[in-house]
Amino acid sequence: MSWPCPYLGVQEAVISNPIKDMSADERLHLISVSLNKRHRKEKQLKLAGLAAITLAIGFLVVLMTNIFSNGYTALLQSEVRIDINVPKAEILGADGAIDIQKSQAFNWNGLVKKSFRAGFPDVKGMSDRRMLNDLVSENAGYELRQAIEKDPSLIDQSSFWVKTSDDVDMLLKGRIKTTLPEKLRRIKDSQLVWINQLEQKNDLRKVFNTAFFTNADSREPESAGILGAIVGSAMVLMITIIIALPLAVMAAIYLEYFAPPGRLTDFIEVNINNLASVPSIVFGLLGLAIFLGFFNMPRSAPLVGGMVLALMTLPTIIIATRASIRAVPTSIRDAALGVGASRMQAALDHVLPLAAPGILTGTIIGIAQALGETAPLIMIGMVAFIVDVPTSVTDPATALPVQIFIWSDSAERAFYERSSLAIMVLLIFLISMNLLAVFLRKRFEKRW
Amino acid sequence: MVPATITNVFSLTVVLFLTAVIVFFIGKSYIVSLSQSQGMRPHSLRHYYGIYAAAWTFIPAIIVLLMWTALTQPVIARLSQSLLLDAYPDMNSAMLQLRLAQLQNISTGLIVAPDDTMRLIADAHAELRTYANDLKFVISLLVAFAGAGFAIRQIKPEQKARIKWEGFLRRLFFVAAAVAILTTIGIVSSLLFESIRFFSQYSMIDFFFGTHWSPLKAFSSSGGQSEIDGVVQGSFGMLPVMAGTLLVAFIAMLVAVPIGLFAAIYMAEFASERTRNIVKPTLEVLAGVPTVVYGFFAALTVGPFIRDLGFFAGMDISAQSALAAGGVMGIMIIPFISSLSDDVITAVPRSLRDGALGIGSTRGEMITKVVLPAAFPGLTGAFLLGISRAIGETMIVVMAAGVSAQLTANPLDSVTTVTVQIVMLLTGDTEFDSLKTLSAFALGITLFVVTLMLNVVALSVSRRAGGRY
Amino acid sequence: MTNPTKLSTHDLNVFYDEKQAINNISMAIESNKVTSFIGPSGCGKSTFLRCFNRMNDVIPACRVEGQIMMGDQNINDQKLDPVLLRARVGMVFQKPNPFPKSIFENVAYGPRIHGLVSSKSETADVVEDSLKRSGLWNEVYDRLHDPATGLSGGQQQRLCIARAIAVSPEVLLMDEPCSALDPIATTIIENLINELQERYTIIIVTHSMQQAARVSQNTAYFHLGHLIEYGATKDIFTNPADPQTEAYISGKIG
Repeated sequence: MSWPCPYLGVQEAVISNPIKDMSADERLHLISVSLNKRHRKEKQLKLAGLAAITLAIGFLVVLMTNIFSNGYTALLQSEVRIDINVPKAEILGADGAIDIQKSQAFNWNGLVKKSFRAGFPDVKGMSDRRMLNDLVSENAGYELRQAIEKDPSLIDQSSFWVKTSDDVDMLLKGRIKTTLPEKLRRIKDSQLVWINQLEQKNDLRKVFNTAFFTNADSREPESAGILGAIVGSAMVLMITIIIALPLAVMAAIYLEYFAPPGRLTDFIEVNINNLASVPSIVFGLLGLAIFLGFFNMPRSAPLVGGMVLALMTLPTIIIATRASIRAVPTSIRDAALGVGASRMQAALDHVLPLAAPGILTGTIIGIAQALGETAPLIMIGMVAFIVDVPTSVTDPATALPVQIFIWSDSAERAFYERSSLAIMVLLIFLISMNLLAVFLRKRFEKRW
Repeated sequence: MVPATITNVFSLTVVLFLTAVIVFFIGKSYIVSLSQSQGMRPHSLRHYYGIYAAAWTFIPAIIVLLMWTALTQPVIARLSQSLLLDAYPDMNSAMLQLRLAQLQNISTGLIVAPDDTMRLIADAHAELRTYANDLKFVISLLVAFAGAGFAIRQIKPEQKARIKWEGFLRRLFFVAAAVAILTTIGIVSSLLFESIRFFSQYSMIDFFFGTHWSPLKAFSSSGGQSEIDGVVQGSFGMLPVMAGTLLVAFIAMLVAVPIGLFAAIYMAEFASERTRNIVKPTLEVLAGVPTVVYGFFAALTVGPFIRDLGFFAGMDISAQSALAAGGVMGIMIIPFISSLSDDVITAVPRSLRDGALGIGSTRGEMITKVVLPAAFPGLTGAFLLGISRAIGETMIVVMAAGVSAQLTANPLDSVTTVTVQIVMLLTGDTEFDSLKTLSAFALGITLFVVTLMLNVVALSVSRRAGGRY
Repeated sequence: MTNPTKLSTHDLNVFYDEKQAINNISMAIESNKVTSFIGPSGCGKSTFLRCFNRMNDVIPACRVEGQIMMGDQNINDQKLDPVLLRARVGMVFQKPNPFPKSIFENVAYGPRIHGLVSSKSETADVVEDSLKRSGLWNEVYDRLHDPATGLSGGQQQRLCIARAIAVSPEVLLMDEPCSALDPIATTIIENLINELQERYTIIIVTHSMQQAARVSQNTAYFHLGHLIEYGATKDIFTNPADPQTEAYISGKIG
């Protein structure tokens, strides 16, 4: 051998090695003794893993079932038929058309309640009458007025279906147990009798809850809807995309193509990675102190909400964009550079289009995350009670998850049901966004 | 006066953009005629000259427009504030805030001025706003035209339009990347600024080591109480809040770590490819559920359930408890732990597994005696990230943990957390002067520092694992 | 001089999904000798080696058909517990793969899991003896509790050998044990193999013909999943019967 060999040779075994000293059979026997136990332990580990997965999926199933079973009933709304004679003289003007001024002054709610009470001539006494009134929605008068102003021909109609109060709604949906002692119930025994009478006269029905999808928030659960929140969320997300997507793409191109290796670039990368794990509420504090406090931007506005969520989702989208830029083979960039394109042209004209599906997927996932975000929006005041659907990004508004938060904080049992339905709507949005992302990823997977 | 429909930012942006499009075509045809008359081929493709001119038209103008929009609000507010202070010399700060809000509402026509002085000021206020709007319109258009004129004068065949444009883009891209730094600076400075104001009025020692937290109520028997402007302030000892935070996070990890870890072990070592393909996305659904949904579940299902269980066991448990919040938060963190652990476990190289099996380990022994110890640093990192998540999580605790700040280790008690207190202190009316709102920022910076440290430690622990195999 | 047969295969076929990696190989391995498997890369020699302690079980796509006899037992019988088999047929891998534990713990690992030691002093004796037999003792006796990953590549590979022989297997499989090592470390390992052959039947896969010539008494040449030639090492190298073997040995292919 041509190289020096430092090997010192096998040292003499001066000590006894109990294993070496055994016969082969002895050794095998010793191993076999514990073998079953060892295999049993392996099975236990496997079972523990299986149990953990079952538990995790079980939680998911319980969560979804819970929300669905609480929420699906909110798709229906109870209504009661009342014979109402609208006094034309007090509403119509001289020309026979509805006079808005007169209509505004007219006590619609009183009319509805009075007509409803007319169906129960036996009920006397202040407290009984109030309890009777409580069966009909507080908003029934307002909604009757809206309906008649929209379609004046209804004025000749002699009976109307109006919403019941939320308590009656809950009772009819079986959410209030009549077996409870009267004191613990929101529907009292006498009210139960009246409701029974109405049912026998076929004066109660359940219809699709249109108001839930066409109204904004309301104090009365039966009139509360999610349209305002959905529009608010849409505005927030629009602002988020407008700000975050271009910034993220530009930042990613810079970091992948132009950033000179060095401290500054490292610092930018560290910042991006750290921002990705900063608690969302801290972004809310940032929005509160800088956007609202320093720049005096409007409170509760989707504009500010979108800006805060844009900063929050920026790292996610940057990371996804960089990954999809990196997934484009360098050969494509080199080919572009080889035919005389500048670095910028190679990046913008050749690499970016190929990376676009990946960027889109990352953006959708970032936006889905922003859609479910609640805490930062609460910080900038999007938690207010707002009955109007916002029309511009500087209007006070709320967002879907915040609406869920507001409702689940309310005392009425009917809001519980409605927030469950709102959650279902939110989850449907989220699931479709994620499915879209999965679809895009599958559709455009590796074409080169 | 220019109508408001044109002076709002959106339509003004459209106006500027259209101007830039026109300038683009002007620039493009200009270079064509110029190169023909001079008989010289332009350095760059001709559309680059169009882009060059359009960029000079649009970009400075839009910057001026945005800056103007962002800065007029605070400037007008300052001006009206001084007007108000002149008119009502002896006003306290709360009254000033109120009148400022009134001014805003009067000038937008929401309410009628309560007295003549206010009306005068409101008129001045409205006039200022109109001025600012008109000026904004005029100035941004002026800047646009100036830019266009400058750029078109620059255009000549030997000018390197493409190089200039690309140089500009590169700088723009750098600025975009630097937004990450700006955001961090924004977070740190806003938290720090308000916290310093807080600590100038409240002892740092009392804040970090005080054991009594009642920011809303006056509390007289504690030493951590201070008096400002004759108003008795609450006491801000954050230990009970921190204790509540840690208790909830601990319960969450107690749920998430075993389930997440064992699930990851099963997925990485035992599951068939098909099982993996089904289970992984299912667990990701759990991760995609918004936190407010978990909060809803914790507050309205799990909490009452625990309360009823306690009722049957003869215990008086509140529907809001650390157990309900922590347990549900644990469920939320399961997919986080399981996917990180799965990554760490599958990253243990094949050769180590072969070594363990080759000597006659069962699969179970291979996992518990070789793979898991090898993955230990990475797993520790994953758990630390999980803790950081649990501490920073807001909605579940806001909805299900409660608000009572007490030093307790009993999971059945109602506790409060840092994030809950931040939300509590900052919802409703927010004026930046009260000690109460400032304390939220002190809590905020504590939260930021703690989670940041956890993330940094987690990262360095798992990075150290990289060199081990 | 021929020794009794330790292992033998009969019509062994190995498939990866539909692809056949090993074609109908029947051969007998002599006990207490070093047998080397040579051949161009991708010829199936490693796959074949891994059949002897059922390491192919780990690869889901891999299917082994045929008989492998060890004594009067078919070790390719799916009913046979591979854990027990691997205690009898140890293995050393291409890349040194010490566990991320201390040197001591690495060697003690096998005896402990198999329940072959019952006291601390027994374990210490086994560890010391194994390290001495793998020639590592002098280099590490004063730092037994340091992490094994701190050792050099050659030391790590000798540690892996010590780990394998600590359970006193009957057969030692070595899958290109020196391919990741420098020449000096390689020499040390080769000398070690010569020493170990007294007690163990050793099968070594190598891509270096010189190594096969230096360490082994028998050599098998594989090509594309077929066993081309098998015999005494000196015969194969000096007088190959098959033109393919000759081409490989003279460096025309491979």
